[in-house]
Amino acid sequence: MSASTHPTGPSTATAGRGPREVSRTAVVIAMVFLVIMAVYFLLPVYWLVVNSTKTQSDLVTTNGFWFSGWALWDNLQALFTRDDGVFLRWVLNSVLYAGVGAAVGTLLAAMCGYALAKYRFRGRELVFSVILGGVLVPATALALPLFLLFAKISQTDTMWSVFLPSVVSPFGVYLSRIFAASAVPDEIIEAARIDGAGERRIFFGIAARLMSPALVTIFLFQFIAIWNNFLLPRIMLNDSKLYPLTYGLYYWQTQISRDPQLQTLVIVGSLVSVVPLIVVFLSLQRFWQAGLAAGSVK
Amino acid sequence: MATSLDAAAPSTSERVRRRRPWIWFMLPFLVPFVLFYLVPIAYAIYQSLFKIERTGGIFGTTQQVFAGLSQYTAVFTDETFRQGVLRVLLFGVVQVPVMLGIALVTALLLDSAVARLKRFFRIAFFVPYGIPGVIAALMWAFLYSPQLSPIVALLDKIGTAPDFLGSNLILWSIANVTTWTYTGYNMLIIFAALQALPQEIFEASRIDGAGGIRTAFSIKIPLVLPALVLTTVFSIIGTLQLFTEPVVFQTISTNVTSGYTPNMQAYAVAASNNYSFSAALSVVLAVATFILSFGFLRLTQRRGEAL
Repeated sequence: MSASTHPTGPSTATAGRGPREVSRTAVVIAMVFLVIMAVYFLLPVYWLVVNSTKTQSDLVTTNGFWFSGWALWDNLQALFTRDDGVFLRWVLNSVLYAGVGAAVGTLLAAMCGYALAKYRFRGRELVFSVILGGVLVPATALALPLFLLFAKISQTDTMWSVFLPSVVSPFGVYLSRIFAASAVPDEIIEAARIDGAGERRIFFGIAARLMSPALVTIFLFQFIAIWNNFLLPRIMLNDSKLYPLTYGLYYWQTQISRDPQLQTLVIVGSLVSVVPLIVVFLSLQRFWQAGLAAGSVK
Repeated sequence: MATSLDAAAPSTSERVRRRRPWIWFMLPFLVPFVLFYLVPIAYAIYQSLFKIERTGGIFGTTQQVFAGLSQYTAVFTDETFRQGVLRVLLFGVVQVPVMLGIALVTALLLDSAVARLKRFFRIAFFVPYGIPGVIAALMWAFLYSPQLSPIVALLDKIGTAPDFLGSNLILWSIANVTTWTYTGYNMLIIFAALQALPQEIFEASRIDGAGGIRTAFSIKIPLVLPALVLTTVFSIIGTLQLFTEPVVFQTISTNVTSGYTPNMQAYAVAASNNYSFSAALSVVLAVATFILSFGFLRLTQRRGEAL
């Protein structure tokens, strides 16, 4: 971002905040530290990329930080054909759980947060406190009782058992309320009412649009949360066809001792599942960074 | 007409109030919230008050009988649980400060005048957060593995190859995975708070001759305290819930037992059909999370008032 590098005058062309002259030693120390941290954060990803291109035997025998041979296409082919293409199925499941789940969840959270911010009614703060309490409830504490409840209606081992609980995002409501309060002026709502617009139209036509940076943030974070969810599918699902991507890869990892070929597939499968996520995240960063800012300041 | 004009302003909001539109905005969230949050919590509490009793020997039938708080007594006297709790506490006391320390330092550097290539670093540090916990753990599992890891091979050449998966180090090997995954996320929250600070404060301190480090400690850190509190609370919650990473490490190391963390124990116990004990464990865990995070919030707020 350029926020911290705006020139304030001809004499301070090099920097914004801080003293006018930045000592060279300070720059060097800072850069050494940042470079070391960047290596730490990126090295495993680099390792993943390098080793996705190797054959099973090269994986064990050659230097893990450098390329050797080029088996990426073979690995990808093996990945997508293994067990009648179950990997593709996992990808689609994850897209469904996380994509649709986060979209629906964001809509519900936005409506609820908007109502909590823009209408005055009795019990409003109580409802908000209960929802906020939900943010602090460990998701793992919910998973076991959820399993028992779904078992009572014989709905475990179904897509619904993973999808439905994922839709609820108390944190999304919290963020929506903050954003609706600051981004949607009361005057606009009042003016729209006087013009005869219904409440639904005011929300979908005006408020939701004004809240859209926040909604992208909520969507992304819920998407990540569902995509990463491990315990819920582990508890609910038995049928490997219903697994999300991450759980499927874990399942393969548990089978490696029986079938070492799976090692390569876990590695290349991890790469395939990570790349789209990083791309989506980086391309939308303008939005969620604004969202994070407002969420942490208030 | 004069009458309709007079009535216009108050009557619109009055009409709105009478129709209670907020109910229709809130219900779509509240119904699943009640079903998938409140009901399971209530059910876990209910379930934790029972125990399974076997009647008629091995081939007899089992039935649930009311047991009061005896499951809770069992949880608190359980040796595995005690060890698991101590383990995650030790983990949290070390990992959370280390992670947030790195996050704070990097955020301050990226907000300061001394760093270059800020955009690149911000993205690089955040990449791990986009990687699912399972996959992060799988990747590190390979990097720790004595047979596959180039890091272990390198250290071996120097002569000090630590056993990352041995009983002494495995907890810290897991801590490294969570630090790797979440530092960038916490850094961004703190960074966002830093960027939102009004520019004028810094002009004043610059005129007063305060250096970068001085400014960071006496102005920036106190002002982003709310963000630090938020990240700490989230980290505490995450630590107590520790599950995914150790479960993945279970596949490659025998040093991760089935009751390694309280959450893993709750899962293992439930898998052996002792739901009541598992429910009591989950309730204790949830209450402990609440107390710790609220306690921390209280503590920091009180200090804030004193200032």
